[in-house]
Amino acid sequence: MVSTQEITTRGNASDAEAERLARVEGAAYRIRHHALNMGEVQGQGYVGQALGAADMLAAVYADQLRFRADDPEWEDRDRFLLSTGHYAIGHYAALAEAGIIPVKELETYGSDDSRLPMSGMSTYTPGMEISGGSLGHGLSIAVGAALGLRYQGSGSRVYNFLSDGELDEGSTWEAAMGAHHHHLGNLTAMVDINALQADGKTDTVLRTEPVTEKWQAFGWYAQRVNGNDVGALLAAFDNAAAQAAAVGRPSVILCDTKVGRGVPLLEDREKAHFMRIEEHEWQLCREQLTAGFEGKAAR
Amino acid sequence: MSTATTPKLKTSAMIASFADPGQKTASAPFGHALVKAAQVNDKIVGLTADLGKYTDMHIFAQAFPERFFQMGMAEQLLFGAAAGLAETGLVPFASTYSVFAARRAYDFLCLDAAEPNLNVNIVGGLPGLTTGYGPSHQATEDMAIFRGMPNLTIVDPCDSLDIEQAVPQLAASEGPTYLRLLRGNVPTVLDEYDYTFELGKAKVLRGGRDVVFISSGLMTMRALQAAEALAAHHVDVAVVHAPTIKPFDAATVLAELNTDRLAVTLENHSVVGGLFETVASAVVTAGLGKRVVPVALPDEFLDAGALPTLHERYGLSVQRVVAKVLAELG
Repeated sequence: MVSTQEITTRGNASDAEAERLARVEGAAYRIRHHALNMGEVQGQGYVGQALGAADMLAAVYADQLRFRADDPEWEDRDRFLLSTGHYAIGHYAALAEAGIIPVKELETYGSDDSRLPMSGMSTYTPGMEISGGSLGHGLSIAVGAALGLRYQGSGSRVYNFLSDGELDEGSTWEAAMGAHHHHLGNLTAMVDINALQADGKTDTVLRTEPVTEKWQAFGWYAQRVNGNDVGALLAAFDNAAAQAAAVGRPSVILCDTKVGRGVPLLEDREKAHFMRIEEHEWQLCREQLTAGFEGKAAR
Repeated sequence: MSTATTPKLKTSAMIASFADPGQKTASAPFGHALVKAAQVNDKIVGLTADLGKYTDMHIFAQAFPERFFQMGMAEQLLFGAAAGLAETGLVPFASTYSVFAARRAYDFLCLDAAEPNLNVNIVGGLPGLTTGYGPSHQATEDMAIFRGMPNLTIVDPCDSLDIEQAVPQLAASEGPTYLRLLRGNVPTVLDEYDYTFELGKAKVLRGGRDVVFISSGLMTMRALQAAEALAAHHVDVAVVHAPTIKPFDAATVLAELNTDRLAVTLENHSVVGGLFETVASAVVTAGLGKRVVPVALPDEFLDAGALPTLHERYGLSVQRVVAKVLAELG
């Protein structure tokens, strides 16, 4: 028998989950929209990656991360470390969505004297914790940050965003070993598996699969999800908190994503690390994005 | 010939210390200095990459086990993690051999620690020619590599006193630092002079009318010994110790160089990119038309062997320094 009270609680929980999902999906939509606007400023750039990773970034900033928008240096904040410096376009969009930088400032992206350089740097941008870009660094820094926070008795968590291309770097695996050795349950890594790197498809550049088994062998709690499914992402974070953090095990969420996600015109285009978009296409991209989002919301 | 009866020196000679027989030494001055600094500064933490016992970091690890992090034989992780620790407000001292810090982990030090100007303190063992293991372990070009890194302070201490006094100053200085570690039983030399280590300062240890030595690191010890030996040849030698290679105290050094004395630099480092070129660039920048004679390691991969043999072979021994000065003076 299920009591009335339990049903009510479940009903509330379900409402809360639906609200949570809608909040993150809305954030992801706006992050994509911001990214398209920034891409238009440059006429090109890492728009494909930003669109692909928008759901991951939204899940972090609209659901997981503890921060104060008006005080990016707040001592008790969680840390989000962007290892892939070129994803800065997506990260700036997320920082604007989070209220850490003004939306208006996004139009300076990649321009002279802007706080928003093409490759993310901690010394330029509020809320940018590290200077990424030399790939394979982020997870090592994350290990130190997680050790340092734990040693100082902080309950803050460390999130490291990296890409499948960075799995080529030996340093990523040095850090993976270190995190497991030091029982860093306060560390979560997110790997954007878009199967694309600078010289082509990941499996033609350097085979990294089987990715999940590699992380498991390194002692991590590893989950592989559709990184463009917000519900799956949130469930993975919940699992990680329950299964790994509690027992001092680092966790990794391996996110299969689609370059250009949310804009059919770009989803279908031949994939390239540095995607070219014609001048007249930007508005079309925005329209497709909005139509897709509104259509999904209506369903 | 005597070679048949004289036993060849072994590589293990001086492996733990380059002290002369009978010389006053202090044991593991870096480790003890770090413990002392950590007693008053609870932000100090220590890390190593499987070389704790060989960089005197084990002294700190024993004193503060909860503040010591073993990163394994993984230098990229070592320095990336040191940067991460510094990001959270801690003051890490991360030790390995100089070759691994400078050659293997450069990108991590440059972008994770130096670009954000974090208080990451690199402790490099076996700098220059302080091991007979050959090029895999001899960091003969570590300063040349590191001098190009913006924000990085570079310290080349002479002895145990320098190290003891430098450590708290490195912890207190804001950005990243690199200490050329002397480990094990380290000679104590500078206590006989009116000297204290000041980060960023060169100091005149002794005056002299005929020759001026500008030296850093263990070569200051040799410079002082050579100055004594040259006195017997009626050559009066001044010694200026410049332990901070970057930022360099050009004002003090140029004031000493701008005389008619023979100017000689002495360093435990390649002639390329170390103290000699630091001094030379200061001289040229100031417009001094002054000749400077380098005592330094050659621009070569060096031999393996016993340190006394190698120091003699490559010109770092007191005897070779004396001979070079006498030859210069004609």
